[in-house]
Amino acid sequence: MKPALTTTVVQVERPAVPGALSNALAFGWRAVLKFKHVPEQMFDLVMTPLMFTLLFTFVFGGALAGSTENYVHFLLPGILVQTVVFNSVYSGMGLSTDLGKGLFDRFRSLPIWSLAPFAGLMVGDVLRHLIAALIILGVGMALGYRPGTGFAGVLAALVLLIAIGFGVGWVFLVLGLVMRTPNTVMTLGFTGIMPLVFASNIMVDPGTMPDWLRVFVDVNPVSRMTTAMRGLMNGGATWGAIGLALLTPALLTVTLAPLTLWLYRRR
Amino acid sequence: MQTMPDSQTPAITARGLVKSFGAVRAVDGIDLDVPRGTIFGLLGPNGAGKTTLLRMLATLLKPDAGSAQLAGHDLLAAPHEVRKAISLTGQFASLDEDLTGRENLILLARLWGFRGRAAARADQLLEAFELTDAARRQVKDYSGGMRRRLDIAASLVVTPSVLFLDEPTTGLDPNARQSVWRMIRALAAEGVTILLTTQYLEEADQLAARIAVIDHGRKIAEGTSRELKAATGSGYLHVTLADPARIEAAARLLEERLGGEAQRNVEGAALSIKAGSPQEANAALAALVASGIPLDGFSMAAPTLDEVFFALTGHGAAPAPATGEPE
Repeated sequence: MKPALTTTVVQVERPAVPGALSNALAFGWRAVLKFKHVPEQMFDLVMTPLMFTLLFTFVFGGALAGSTENYVHFLLPGILVQTVVFNSVYSGMGLSTDLGKGLFDRFRSLPIWSLAPFAGLMVGDVLRHLIAALIILGVGMALGYRPGTGFAGVLAALVLLIAIGFGVGWVFLVLGLVMRTPNTVMTLGFTGIMPLVFASNIMVDPGTMPDWLRVFVDVNPVSRMTTAMRGLMNGGATWGAIGLALLTPALLTVTLAPLTLWLYRRR
Repeated sequence: MQTMPDSQTPAITARGLVKSFGAVRAVDGIDLDVPRGTIFGLLGPNGAGKTTLLRMLATLLKPDAGSAQLAGHDLLAAPHEVRKAISLTGQFASLDEDLTGRENLILLARLWGFRGRAAARADQLLEAFELTDAARRQVKDYSGGMRRRLDIAASLVVTPSVLFLDEPTTGLDPNARQSVWRMIRALAAEGVTILLTTQYLEEADQLAARIAVIDHGRKIAEGTSRELKAATGSGYLHVTLADPARIEAAARLLEERLGGEAQRNVEGAALSIKAGSPQEANAALAALVASGIPLDGFSMAAPTLDEVFFALTGHGAAPAPATGEPE
């Protein structure tokens, strides 16, 4: 490189130190760029819920609910919950990958708001949740799904969904910080999630389940989220149901957000 | 320059820094004094504790004991102020592989507060580091040398008072290494204090005004390259014997002629020994031939890291046992 250029590079005037919001926006921009450069990540996110929707609707739908249209009506709100919960695992994997590559060492040695990188992850999560939810909703509507509560209901359901994703996301950020490899995060994450998603009211009405299982399904936070989503999208939502759905995400945020920070600063 | 503290303040002073991982004391009480505007080299094998020391000074690891001031700011009391004064280029490119080179620099420029001028600053850096052609390619498609250049550019978005470079040329081909060396010298000429780690004596010799030799978490020697060489000899004589059976006889003869102890490589039938001057080496070789020990070859070279370690510690620069933690 040419020494003359070094001089122009080195003798730069230092700008004023930016605020926390500016830091967070910069990381949000990074999250948006990831969609531009790695569009195939959406494939991973949407594939599983899409297969679930198609499989369950066409294979079991008629038997479970009389017709595929009836069943997709029952299934779709819960599949959205499943999508968001699965997505959170990928966000923990992304954090683990970034940490492994030393990228966060640079961020941590910068004089920035120490939470800003997480704000960026959140922006990425919200975008992922929204895009995935809209794709699934589109496919559902092609299969005959019609939200009983119209546009406003769907909008409220999407807001609830993002709140759920935000809360559940902390679990996998913690895993991302603690586990050494992204693969461990994935394995552990899905091992924990699978029973929660299947032993819930997403796919079937728990009425025919054995009593001991029904007790679990009733307290399973995924069931409560699904019930509230069904209410908001199909009609019959109550504040109580929404409150129950938000209880677990709120508890997770209150306990795990400080833990995430502590783990991040301690590394 | 406005970003620098007054010229009396040393860039780095560290006293008694300690960091343990489990039972292993990765850094075991190190003092450092680095004057402003100089290049200071930390020389040592893998696992010596160089990276741990650097990570502590860069606010990434909290020391178990000891204190340090960087550009006049206390490491423990004012880490945020320290971060404003430093930049770190780690051992592994700390870049987002999915983003383009230009986007990586724009992100950092925004984090430093360039706002609307972030893209212009990124382009300026890309040009200076000869990356303009690759600016819009994703970093995962960059060569090792390009990554390294971008990584250093990323540390210069604003001019730091102190730049940490962790093994800046490890894994680079000779051309890329030369270009990184030129860049480091140019930065130092502009008044940036540089603390770099290296496993190569040649690199420390080429760049650093002062060198600290680190072994098992301790500083075992410090001085200018000239001073270290005075301790290790200006050069080493390497001899390969035609007959491996004669290695002991040859070693004793060389030791008698040149003083010091010869390092024996029995499998290779090779010997290395410190030689005061080419003349003395010449005379020692003549004595070997005269006593009927046939040679396969010989050479005279500057001491390697291993030989510096041998001279300073009596053992080679063997990597420390793995601790399960990065160095």
